[in-house]
Amino acid sequence: MQEILSALAEPNRLQIVELLRRRPLPVGEIVERLRLRQPQVSKHLRVLSDAGLVEVRPVGQQRIYRVRAQALKELDAWLDPYRRTWDERFDQLDDVLRDLKRKHKEKKDGHGK
Amino acid sequence: MAMASSTGTTKVTLPSDREILITREFDAPRDLVFKAMTDPKLISRWWGPRKYATVVDKMDVRPGGAWRFVHRAPDGSEFGFRGEYREVVPPERIVQTFEFEPMAGHISVETATFTERDGRTLLTVRSLFASKEDRDGMVQSGMETGLRETHDRFAELLAELREEARISAR
Repeated sequence: MQEILSALAEPNRLQIVELLRRRPLPVGEIVERLRLRQPQVSKHLRVLSDAGLVEVRPVGQQRIYRVRAQALKELDAWLDPYRRTWDERFDQLDDVLRDLKRKHKEKKDGHGK
Repeated sequence: MAMASSTGTTKVTLPSDREILITREFDAPRDLVFKAMTDPKLISRWWGPRKYATVVDKMDVRPGGAWRFVHRAPDGSEFGFRGEYREVVPPERIVQTFEFEPMAGHISVETATFTERDGRTLLTVRSLFASKEDRDGMVQSGMETGLRETHDRFAELLAELREEARISAR
């Protein structure tokens, strides 16, 4: 997990992953879209690949990079308890807000009479 | 943008290596959401997890004012959270520091923003940590100890990544 997080900590690498998330791309297009130099992109792709975040497969003459779903699932699983904590908190906040809205309405209705 | 969520509509994402962003929409105008987040009498009803009692020890909602909340477990053990309000702009924005007492010294800054649309409120809470290690440690400690109740926030990438993972897993 730490490897995945470290790989994503670099802004350009995060951008590459976001780009590849939309669709698989060859190196050349990544270079073009992010306006980075090719050696830089290749280096980033190597780090991402070592962390298991992207994989490459040859299609004709090109090498196409894409995001590995498994890595994303790991990342998601890592965050899940944290998300649940906030979710529980906010579900309770929902209840509080429902009460506040009701009281608010009663006050307004009462005032109108 | 397709948005899937197994746990309600709370989204957690990581916009940078020192941040966590959490977003959630509420079916209430923002003055009510703001009130629920700044009224000491209401905090104990929602801020902590159901399995703990949450006690408001201090809550001085104004710039420079201190807050301290305590979770009390059924076995009597307690742990505290504290910080200081830096900005309070009703009903738009609250900036406060956050510190989990057992991990004293690891202070993050939380910015809550309230945006109203058609009577509904989008709440975003962004946490900025001193380092990537602090941020990751916060998420991690949550997993290991069940003290994950209280920290900070995340950003967009994850919910979408999750959806992506689900689709490609089919």
